[in-house]
Amino acid sequence: MLRYTLKRLISLIISLAVTSLVIFFVIEIAPGDPASLMLGVNAQPDTLAALRAELGLDVPKWQRYLNWVGGMLVGDFGTSYQYRTPVAEMIGNRLWVSLPLALYALALSTLIAFPAGIFAAARRGGPGDVAIMSATQLGVAIPNFWFAMMLVLIFAINLRWFSAGGFAGWDNGFFAAMKSLTLPAIALAMPQAAILARVMRSALLDVLSEDYMRTARAKGLSARRALWRHGLRNAMIPVLTILGLQFSFLLAGGIIIEQVFFLPGLGRLIFQSISARDLIVVESVTMLLVFAVIVVNFAVDLAYAAVDPRLRQRS
Amino acid sequence: MSRNLILGALLSSLVVLAALVSFFWTPYDHTAINVPAKLQSPNGTNWLGTDQIGRDIFSMIMVGARTSIAVAFVAVGIGIGFGIPLGLWAAANKGGWTDEIIMRGNDLIFAFPSLVIAILITAIFGAGAVNAIIAIGIFNIPVFARVTRGGALSLWEREFILAARVAGKGRARISIEHILPNIANLLIVQVTIQFSLGILAEAALSYVGLGAQPPTPSWGRMLADAQTLVSIAPHMALVPGCAIIITVLGLNLMGDGLRDWLDPRLRLART
Amino acid sequence: MSLLSIRNLNLSIHGTPILAGVSLEIARGQIIAVTGESGSGKSMTAFSVMGLLPKGAETTGEILLGNGTKAATGRRRHPGRDSPAGQSAKTDILQMSETQLCDLRGNEIGMVFQEPMTALNPVQTIGAQVAETIRLHRDSSKAEAREQAAQTLARVGLPESRFPLSRYPHELSGGQRQRVVIAMAIACGPRLLIADEPTTALDVTTQAQILDLLKELTEEDQMGLLMITHDLAVVANMARHIVVMRKGQVVEQNDTRTLLSQMQHPYTKALFEASSHQVDLPETRAETPLLQVQDVCRDYRLPRKTLFGRPGHFRAVDDVSFDIAKGERVGLVGESGCGKSTLTRAILGLENVEAGRITLDGAPVFSGGRPNLNVRRKMQVVFQDPFGSFNPRHRVDRLITEPFHLLERQPSAQEWQARIAESLMAVGLSPDDARKYPHQFSGGQRQRIAIARALIIRPELVIFDEAVSALDVSVRAQILDLIADLCRQYALTYLFISHDLSVVRSVTDRVLVMQAGRIVEQGDTEAVFTNPNHTYTRSLIKAAPVLPAMVSS
Repeated sequence: MLRYTLKRLISLIISLAVTSLVIFFVIEIAPGDPASLMLGVNAQPDTLAALRAELGLDVPKWQRYLNWVGGMLVGDFGTSYQYRTPVAEMIGNRLWVSLPLALYALALSTLIAFPAGIFAAARRGGPGDVAIMSATQLGVAIPNFWFAMMLVLIFAINLRWFSAGGFAGWDNGFFAAMKSLTLPAIALAMPQAAILARVMRSALLDVLSEDYMRTARAKGLSARRALWRHGLRNAMIPVLTILGLQFSFLLAGGIIIEQVFFLPGLGRLIFQSISARDLIVVESVTMLLVFAVIVVNFAVDLAYAAVDPRLRQRS
Repeated sequence: MSRNLILGALLSSLVVLAALVSFFWTPYDHTAINVPAKLQSPNGTNWLGTDQIGRDIFSMIMVGARTSIAVAFVAVGIGIGFGIPLGLWAAANKGGWTDEIIMRGNDLIFAFPSLVIAILITAIFGAGAVNAIIAIGIFNIPVFARVTRGGALSLWEREFILAARVAGKGRARISIEHILPNIANLLIVQVTIQFSLGILAEAALSYVGLGAQPPTPSWGRMLADAQTLVSIAPHMALVPGCAIIITVLGLNLMGDGLRDWLDPRLRLART
Repeated sequence: MSLLSIRNLNLSIHGTPILAGVSLEIARGQIIAVTGESGSGKSMTAFSVMGLLPKGAETTGEILLGNGTKAATGRRRHPGRDSPAGQSAKTDILQMSETQLCDLRGNEIGMVFQEPMTALNPVQTIGAQVAETIRLHRDSSKAEAREQAAQTLARVGLPESRFPLSRYPHELSGGQRQRVVIAMAIACGPRLLIADEPTTALDVTTQAQILDLLKELTEEDQMGLLMITHDLAVVANMARHIVVMRKGQVVEQNDTRTLLSQMQHPYTKALFEASSHQVDLPETRAETPLLQVQDVCRDYRLPRKTLFGRPGHFRAVDDVSFDIAKGERVGLVGESGCGKSTLTRAILGLENVEAGRITLDGAPVFSGGRPNLNVRRKMQVVFQDPFGSFNPRHRVDRLITEPFHLLERQPSAQEWQARIAESLMAVGLSPDDARKYPHQFSGGQRQRIAIARALIIRPELVIFDEAVSALDVSVRAQILDLIADLCRQYALTYLFISHDLSVVRSVTDRVLVMQAGRIVEQGDTEAVFTNPNHTYTRSLIKAAPVLPAMVSS
């Protein structure tokens, strides 16, 4: 188990190193010098040079890369070209919106998808299965930002149960904040829940045709108990993979949903920064998102090993 | 042939047909502004109503289908063009360093959600349909590489491949002659899935303004326009939304139907 | 009084008739074998008794489980609920509710399956899986169930000292896993044990051990054992009573001794004849050496043990040397994992070897980092799986001409057609079959096509890699006859690889015995079989079940 963890950890570090390189150099080839952009076309060469020095743009590329990565390791994400404030601070504020939103959506998606998928698999071919599968088919086809607009139309504009957008802030109490995240989380979770329910169902159906399920029946387990005791844990292996992937979709999908609900999260930050060519912010937020995805996949790998003894022992 | 397949094929061809017809005919010029007739609900003159500057929504939907299909088509093409050869190569050289590099590269792209790739690209090159295509297309590469490699790996274990090797055929030739035709089913199904995801991704990118730029109409941007007006003109949001749903639903149903239809195991079970 | 009696059982699945009028009886302590070829319905008979039939199954008739004096069964799990077998003297399984069946399965009837590698849940320990059966049917505490599971595993030859209950299935060999499955089946002391091809997936020495274990347990617990197997030699040595089935019907059943000495039904006779089939191999003179294998070693890399340590090696083929002369028919026998397949790949030049030399007609099979196609042209192979060895999308003509790729000069269109027709006819098929797809043929016919493919370029050496192992006995006999026939026509030289000793004995002149990567014995086939020198050869021959002599007479 320790060996397995170590091996995964090494591959995590390599992935992070490579992605940081990719992001840095992709952004580097972007046309336009941030300093001249900030000062406008009429800037004096010496003020330009002073600003470049201040932003740390006057050193060689590889040096800047190392500064960037080194800084991130100690929590220094650089200074925003636009606002002249530490990027870490900006991200910190926004993260308290985006991360709870993604987790809220993930929880909703799992809570809906698992029972639905298990129910459909257990009643394969029955009316319940057909209904759930049709619903998921539709769920996969609905764009989440459109669904979000419909939620706003119904629950905020017509029924007035929720506000149409904005974030109450954690200072106004946990429930107020969660309430303003509820519609976004539902919009975000819905298509993911549909996908997850389908994966859960098909993973369970695959497992149901395995020989050991027949063995379980031969022991005297009823079909339902065999499904719970022997089917579910084996079916978790493909489900975990999708769950890991979903987290990255939720983080990215959050970027768009934040636009619909005017939530002050990382998504809005990234769009503001793109239009202002505040590339250091784009760079750092992207890195943070990718970092989150890679770490979640690392966690999924560890979860595999917890589920599957074959992985623990070998590799 | 299943109901799913027929229904899916019908819905998808409806959208393709709308896109094709829009080249020759639309009820109105989709760019024609008619401010007095703005925000009309669906009626006899404007079948699906008008938008905030009085453009005919039906015409815009037809032309928008073109954008959606074109973006998804090219993006899937990129995925197929790079992903399938990479997957075949990786499977043929399983366990070698090229396999390792290809699969690690894939993992890396997977770590960037497609939207993040799109954001990076637009951050550098600016927004536009071409950049949207590249962003979606890049993300398709590892998907096709993975599906191809997975399908090919299980085939490489089969005895008929061994027989071809005994007949002196090289890896490249076996990949094309024996592997590819036998994973075609798998790939066709994946094409329909990626196509539908491409449509969704294009809509999302246009919605946040990173996709096709005006005056090229696109469903996603129509939704963005509709957002602030959703309470007074809900049809502006409903119509493009339904267009997207019909397209994606049609493609997904077709994919599911094709999978069942092409899978010989399932076909055996049916007869 | 009989323990189980099946009376006039009819079964259809979605309207397709599967079983028709099957009747048989089992008494306590008795072993009854149901035998027949694939599609005979023998497994479905077993599943009917378990009440584990697929959806859409309809049955008529009776399956009565007798109320033997089952002592020491302990308390029932659901006191007060109607117990299925306890109520009346005999209960019809076909009439039971699902709940009643669940109480029956694992408790009154245990079942052992064919494929031990997949029959166990990979994510649960063996102890938990055995204890589950006990907890399901007894009111025992976790600790009691665990204790009893340990005892049961010890009974089947897996004592806790050497096989802790915390082991996972993947840590055990196939034979050991089958023992776990047996432990699960007998943990509650069932009256009836059903074994569906319990040793088909196992090596011959393991098979002998598992069969002994089953016999022993039947004896000790006075269970009835319903044994489903296609292997007549196993049947004849084990069962007291034999039921022969064909296409869903019982064609003949009788006391083993009586049945063996006086078979009534022509199908039974044909079946037994085919099982002990001796082919008529033409005489041959082996002089010029063709294939020479000298001191060959083949290693596989093992995964690293420590993170930065050097990867270990596993020597799959260890210092192997032998020759095959032109016209010689050589057998290679050994159990799974002995290195047979690795050696085959090395001979075919598909992989390079770490040490030694393999030459055909003096030329190396692998040279300059790649297979030597000039040599490959003289070699072809027939594989085991008649279903997996053809590209399902190609027609027969394209399939069997694939080896033409090896020729320097491609045959003309006319010659091409002629060669196809000739090869198909040589293997007993018609030239018209050339335009068909492989799925239009039966398993035996496909194996003929595989042979046609191997012979189409007139190779000097053919390798039969378990070529008849997946076939039913009667089809197997036909294919073996075909091989003998082809020897007469083409003076074939071949290497026949098989785990089946009786087959090797009948179609080879010389035999090599392989164990753990080494050739431990080689010599004239008859001499090796009648007078084996190496202990391993002796144990192999001893373990292999043989049909009693009275049958072949």
